[in-house]
Amino acid sequence: MKTFTYTRASTVAEAAKRATPAGAMPIAGGTNLLDLAKPELINPDQIIDITRLPDLNTVTRTSDGTVHIGALVPNADLAAHPLIRQHYPVLSRAILSGASPQIRNMATTGGNLLQRTRCIPFYDPAARCNKRTPGAGCDALHGPNRMNAILGGSPSCIAVNPSDMAVALRVLDATIHVTTAAGTTRTIPIADFHLLPGNTPDHETRLERGDIITGLTLPPPPPGRQVYRKVRDRASYAFALVSVAAIIDADPTPDASPHIRSARFALGGIATKPWRIPAAEAALADQPLTRDALNRAADLTLAGASGHGENDFKIPLARRTLTHVIAHTARNPIPMDPSGAT
Amino acid sequence: MTDTLPKAPLDTPFGPGIDRVEGPLKVTGTAPYANEHTARRIGSPTHPLVGFMVLSTIAKGRLVSLDTTAARTSPGVRLVLTRDNAPPQNDWGPLVARDRFARSQPALHDDRIRFFGQPVALVVADTLETARAAAQTISATYEPETPAVTLDEKTAIIPPTLNGFKPTRTSIGDFRNSYAASAAKLDVTYETPHQSHAQMEPHATTALWDANGEHVTLWTSNQILNSAQKGIASTLQLKPEQVRIVGLYVGGGFGGKLPWFDDALLAAIAARMLKCPVRVAMTRQQMFTATTHRTATRQRIRIGAARDGHLRAIAHDALSHCASFDNFVEDTTTITRGLYGADAITTSALLNKLDLPRSDSMRAPGDAVGMIALECGLDEIAHTLGMDPVALRLANDTQTDPTAKRPFSSRKLAECLRTGATRFNWSARNPTPGQHREGEWLIGTGMASAMRYNLVRPSQAEIILSQTGHLTVRMAMTDPGTGTITILARIASEATGIPPDRITVTIGDTDFPPAAGSGGSFGAESAGSALYNACETLRLRLARTATTENGPLANIPLSTLSFSNASLTNGTKTIPLTQLVPRDGLTTQGSIKPGNEAKDWSQASFGAHFAEVAVSAVTGETRVRRMTGVFACGRILNARTARSQAIGGMIWGISAALFEANPVDPRSGQFTARDLANYHVASHADAPHIDATFLPEDEPVSNPLHIKGIGEVGICGAPAAIGNAIFNATGIRIRNFPITPDKLLPHLPEISL
Ligand SMILES: Cc1cc2nc3c(=O)[nH]c(=O)nc-3n(C[C@H](O)[C@H](O)[C@H](O)COP(=O)(O)OP(=O)(O)OC[C@H]3O[C@@H](n4cnc5c(N)ncnc54)[C@H](O)[C@@H]3O)c2cc1C
Repeated sequence: MKTFTYTRASTVAEAAKRATPAGAMPIAGGTNLLDLAKPELINPDQIIDITRLPDLNTVTRTSDGTVHIGALVPNADLAAHPLIRQHYPVLSRAILSGASPQIRNMATTGGNLLQRTRCIPFYDPAARCNKRTPGAGCDALHGPNRMNAILGGSPSCIAVNPSDMAVALRVLDATIHVTTAAGTTRTIPIADFHLLPGNTPDHETRLERGDIITGLTLPPPPPGRQVYRKVRDRASYAFALVSVAAIIDADPTPDASPHIRSARFALGGIATKPWRIPAAEAALADQPLTRDALNRAADLTLAGASGHGENDFKIPLARRTLTHVIAHTARNPIPMDPSGAT
Repeated sequence: MTDTLPKAPLDTPFGPGIDRVEGPLKVTGTAPYANEHTARRIGSPTHPLVGFMVLSTIAKGRLVSLDTTAARTSPGVRLVLTRDNAPPQNDWGPLVARDRFARSQPALHDDRIRFFGQPVALVVADTLETARAAAQTISATYEPETPAVTLDEKTAIIPPTLNGFKPTRTSIGDFRNSYAASAAKLDVTYETPHQSHAQMEPHATTALWDANGEHVTLWTSNQILNSAQKGIASTLQLKPEQVRIVGLYVGGGFGGKLPWFDDALLAAIAARMLKCPVRVAMTRQQMFTATTHRTATRQRIRIGAARDGHLRAIAHDALSHCASFDNFVEDTTTITRGLYGADAITTSALLNKLDLPRSDSMRAPGDAVGMIALECGLDEIAHTLGMDPVALRLANDTQTDPTAKRPFSSRKLAECLRTGATRFNWSARNPTPGQHREGEWLIGTGMASAMRYNLVRPSQAEIILSQTGHLTVRMAMTDPGTGTITILARIASEATGIPPDRITVTIGDTDFPPAAGSGGSFGAESAGSALYNACETLRLRLARTATTENGPLANIPLSTLSFSNASLTNGTKTIPLTQLVPRDGLTTQGSIKPGNEAKDWSQASFGAHFAEVAVSAVTGETRVRRMTGVFACGRILNARTARSQAIGGMIWGISAALFEANPVDPRSGQFTARDLANYHVASHADAPHIDATFLPEDEPVSNPLHIKGIGEVGICGAPAAIGNAIFNATGIRIRNFPITPDKLLPHLPEISL
């Protein structure tokens, strides 16, 4: 770890300004930043502690049913928050499926959105990685890539976005709120927030130097039952091999196949960003639950998927998990209160 | 008739067990570990400087040069140690040594790179942060060569012996004909991966030299202090008396601290050069390459059985690896030689010398992996025969070691199998695989035997009874979290009748009499027997003193005396021990050496594992629902810590069956898991209810304490029981461990809507 200066920001504007120079970075929970700084995978020379910023630590609901989540709300608190548990259980479940209680206590909403990949060569200072050193090459493509992406990758990078929370946010259509170095604010839909690697895998999000995430908003929950299924090597404290966040609104038809009114689903663990394909959802909208419809939806979701050896298994695993989650949820609908009223 | 003092009774009722003596220190974080020694604690006027190792980033080749300019001029840096300024050291070896942990192991000694992650420099600075930052500025130029890092029969050699100097090959009966004539036959290959010990406490050492630079004390984390003492002395061309090793608290060893490593050597070298204490701790990432690991294995197992289940032939041929410069050979086939009374048993081994870090012992070396092939193989044969796996094992039980052709001193395998089957409710099992489904989950049960041969190692002890009646035990023993300190206190208490609260066990210091250390499940037997022996001598001295002509028990026969409540009594007259101790206390010594028992008897701990698993028919995820383990290990010294050993072994069995592996990237020769996020061991959520018990047993031969090793038998067979349960749940047999979802996936049924 290189020597850095440490300062605390007391306003968002000040944090944004101080975080602007190259080499400056905000720190929130520090659970990702410090792990990367110690082996010099990142080398910040100025660390700006944003954990004392006022008013970024709450979860609130406005009269139109929108919920606002402050960027500094700890993962643990967010997952346990009554508003989230009641209206966005997919988000609670996704967060609780990640990391460990200790890490979730420290980790923040903003930091979670910006957590870096767990790709093995990315974490290895001795390996080549285009994310760390643009143009260096990628040692995952033909190397240890069991955990890597089958979708959204490029010849430069097949690193998975590992966030569970972001997969739930994707299916919930969250919007991210940012204050820029110039003091202005803007919003970025979660769908656009993470970038595909292309040939600039070092460029991971739409944020620019100095941008501070202040929070995010969730529209009122869509109708349907919310589920998060995370497939992993061990029962806890493991990143996803495949995860599915789904909201399925289906008619319970005891004897016949259930009728799906709408299905939303995003996948994690398999792609360079949270993976959601609107056409795949459309293939199930207003359809009876049939194998054909499910196959169509899975085909569309996984169109273009390609394995790289060790991770080939993720293609059938994603298909099976997605199929099961949709079918199982459609058969067992415990509909959420569509009005979202408490 | 000679008048003799009765032996100390070995039946003190300690009930459900005794608390760990050092427990409160550990749970309050006040037990000092090797990297936590302050200047005051080590008696130094200055605070230890901090060394940080720089590791090679190739697996094989030549280190051409190191650019250390920036590091040397970094603020706070005191020393950059490389092969250019390292002091002379003895060469590696000798390759073949009775005690391989006492060999010379030089570092920064030549320009050869022998494995990925080999230390090439040490940076010493005022703080960890400055040392680490400076270390990261060092760049190396290499002439790399292509490393050989994968197991390959074609390039393998036949090793002269296996670990523990066991023969490479054994053979009884006529395998070829017995196998050919068998009604049921199995010929399959099992594979197990590289595994890393990943102890909670990283390897660390604090070094301090005396003013003349002649004697060094190393506070380090190690399982066998006397071997480390000899090895480090030999490397630095010192006499063993010039090296003192202190290691009271060891945060997990599992065999990965049987050897000593470069943290100790480089701390010693740097501290001498700087005339200042130096400490060196490995980072979590460094531990995965700069220490030892369990070799991957490839094992061909052939089993032939008669229709009634009688085993006619077993052949077990194992391939493993050691480092290019070493000679460790995993003794994978040991248990196959002695577990079942088959007509013909042959075993053999092959070895690859690879450009990897050293492979060496990891909990139950040989047996933990060898029993996977044997016990899954037995399950396969049971299935072919349509025979219950427990019945198959009972049918082939034997009281005579088939290969060694010696009787077992005590063997309750059958009782373990029967008791386990009852406790687990084995009879409720459906033997046909894939029949029991609960929603998404396929449920199945499986079992395996457990066995681990017993070892006794030379050990000595000294005890001092003060005039105030306090007993102090001194020995260079270690307690890597196993509970050794506690059982030593118990043994001393039982043997002398002095209550445990008046006994202090001081271990972990080579200034004390040499001890076996902790490994191979031999710690309690070896150190405990030496201590018992010292107590016997003390008892006799006290009894003699009491019964001399002017003594308080004059004319009372020794044979009527017993020790209890810190007193000596013949039933009517009771004398406190304090009255028998001279002013400066009474000191006695004891020792044990392996005797002839080993030639006349086979000695081993036995057990049986039962497991129930749920396998997702959708994803192939396996979750263990419950496990039962029943063990027979002679007398149990402390039920509480013994149970911890058993469940620890069984949980490790879950890890070995389902999670644990450290694959090598064949291009770089590097282990790919270098932290606990990637190196998976069972999490709490993976460890279900575990029912572990020990059967009452007397071990009449091995040692005066009537005990056998308990530290490793819990992992032996446990992964096989889980693999067998997965087969029962799914009908899928995976022979490549660990059994991860990707391996089950291709064989799973179609998703049901
Ligand atoms: C062992 C381990 C296991 C884990 N397992 C999982 C898992 O299974 N699933 C999962 O989803 N996650 C997992 N995680 C990741 C964990 O969720 C993240 O580390 C955590 O969410 C990051 O949040 P933080 O507040 O600590 O971020 P920090 O480390 O403080 O920051 C991360 C990055 O975000 C930037 N940043 C932080 N806040 C802001 C802001 N408001 N505005 C602008 N920039 C900001 C920082 O500059 C930094 O670049 C695991 C982590 C560890 C260490």
